[in-house]
Amino acid sequence: MNTATKVQPTGLQLAPKNTVDIKEIFFHGLFLCCAMVGVLSVSTIGWFVFNEGLPAFKEAGVTEFVTGKEWLPPALYGIFPMIVASIISTAGAVIIGVPIAILTAVFLAEIAPKWLADLVRPAVELLAGIPSVVYGFFGLVIIVPAIETLFNIPAGNTVLAGIIVLAIMILPTVITISETSIRALPSVYKEGALALGASHVYSIFKVLIPAAKSGILTGVALGVARAIGETMAIIMVMGNAPAMPGSLLEPARTLTANIAMEMSYATGIHSSALYATGIVLLAFIVLLNGSLLYLNRKRAY
Amino acid sequence: MKKVIGLLTAVGLMTAPLVQAGTVTVSGSTSVAHVMEVLAENYQNTAKKNVEVQSTGSSAGIRAAKDGTSMIGMSSRNVKENELNDTTKEIVIARDGIAAAVNKANPVQNLTQEQISKIYRGEIKNWSEVGGESRPIVVVTRENGSGTRGAFEEIMKLQRTVNGHKVTAITPTAQVGNGNGMIKTIVANNPFAIGYISLGSVDDSLRALNVDGVEASDSNIAAGDYQIARPFIVLVNNKPHPNAEGFIDFIMSEDGQSIVAEEGYIRVQ
Repeated sequence: MNTATKVQPTGLQLAPKNTVDIKEIFFHGLFLCCAMVGVLSVSTIGWFVFNEGLPAFKEAGVTEFVTGKEWLPPALYGIFPMIVASIISTAGAVIIGVPIAILTAVFLAEIAPKWLADLVRPAVELLAGIPSVVYGFFGLVIIVPAIETLFNIPAGNTVLAGIIVLAIMILPTVITISETSIRALPSVYKEGALALGASHVYSIFKVLIPAAKSGILTGVALGVARAIGETMAIIMVMGNAPAMPGSLLEPARTLTANIAMEMSYATGIHSSALYATGIVLLAFIVLLNGSLLYLNRKRAY
Repeated sequence: MKKVIGLLTAVGLMTAPLVQAGTVTVSGSTSVAHVMEVLAENYQNTAKKNVEVQSTGSSAGIRAAKDGTSMIGMSSRNVKENELNDTTKEIVIARDGIAAAVNKANPVQNLTQEQISKIYRGEIKNWSEVGGESRPIVVVTRENGSGTRGAFEEIMKLQRTVNGHKVTAITPTAQVGNGNGMIKTIVANNPFAIGYISLGSVDDSLRALNVDGVEASDSNIAAGDYQIARPFIVLVNNKPHPNAEGFIDFIMSEDGQSIVAEEGYIRVQ
């Protein structure tokens, strides 16, 4: 103790060194570069998509393009049915998937005994690693025939099949993020609720889930982004007909499926129209993230 | 070292046109251009002659061959009499056949061209209207822009004009699969489905229909009996440029024809 206080004043240097610290500058630069990779990618993609897609907007007109009901390249480019299909399939996936995911997250964080949680959690994480083409194939072989027999319709490649596959696909994202945010809550929340005489389930629904809302919403938003951007699995199970779906039991084509299916052969304005579809998709994602920012700001504890 | 390589490349690029004075120019049908590009690549590797393939469409290809803008013109449809003159000759280099395929459980064996056309227009909706069970027809098609779809629409007259553009007349509620494999999977798994794929892709998982009573086979296509087929034609001058002649000899040779077969088309030799 004594020796330490004696030695310190001579070795201690509070003022920064006057010489230029190359290492310091290098690492600052490195951090900046890493941070810029994401920003640069987004802006490059944005620029590229706009650059390629604008000729189609000029040719077809933005309103006609977005609200047009007929996709007949090279004469008519209307993607309204696809916008509807994208929104319905994503909303359906959220309606089915999110409650299941939140309940699973609560189960893992609060209720499950350790051995069971150790069994369920790896299974959920494994689900996240399965490539989407495998989900698509699973949907094509299991869900599509099941819908055919269940509803007695000739073709099970429908919006409903897409919704079910997407609901399963967003599970791992929502579960993992929700569980983490429930676990991150200070233990006094739960202890306080229990001390006031609330039951375990009551404290989960009235205290823990509301308190973890911003984390859960982030999980849901990431899930929505995954659902709206999903392509391969959707192409395989949704039938891809460019007509407006009349019900959940009819085929439909999402925005992403439209781009992926026709890009390989498209030329000229047709190809530009596919990029313009990408612009619309990009606008959706921006809206989604914007609304998430807004919601989370209101809920900031 | 890098500079030397760069300099050599630059010199090489500049002198390339001089070395490869033996250029063959080919233009025309986009469908034929697909297989022509593969043929050209192989020919360039073996004969060291440059082949320029441009896909401009059949009509433009026929015109280019007639007025000599290109040494070789490509067409994926039969050439009309008035499009030719005395000095151009046509050579069929391959044939492209499309099979209308159904699930193996489907009892329907034969459809007429008109019935298939009506099914794809959405005018016939039930198998009972064409001699099958009373079940709805699930129509499966390829994506817009696909060569197979283009050929199918052209042969089956499934085109209409909107705003001065030729567009598809296939019902928009038809299921769409991208690629022969996808169509095969859908049709093989759905007993009420009908799809079309290139004849080369037909296998045991589904059944090709007879069209107008004619079985979909290579020999029937070669004989011109099976109707959902089209010839791939090249047009050259009667006294072709030696470079063009060399390239056509290559196409009609064993090597060239096996490339045609590998690309999924029917060989003519």
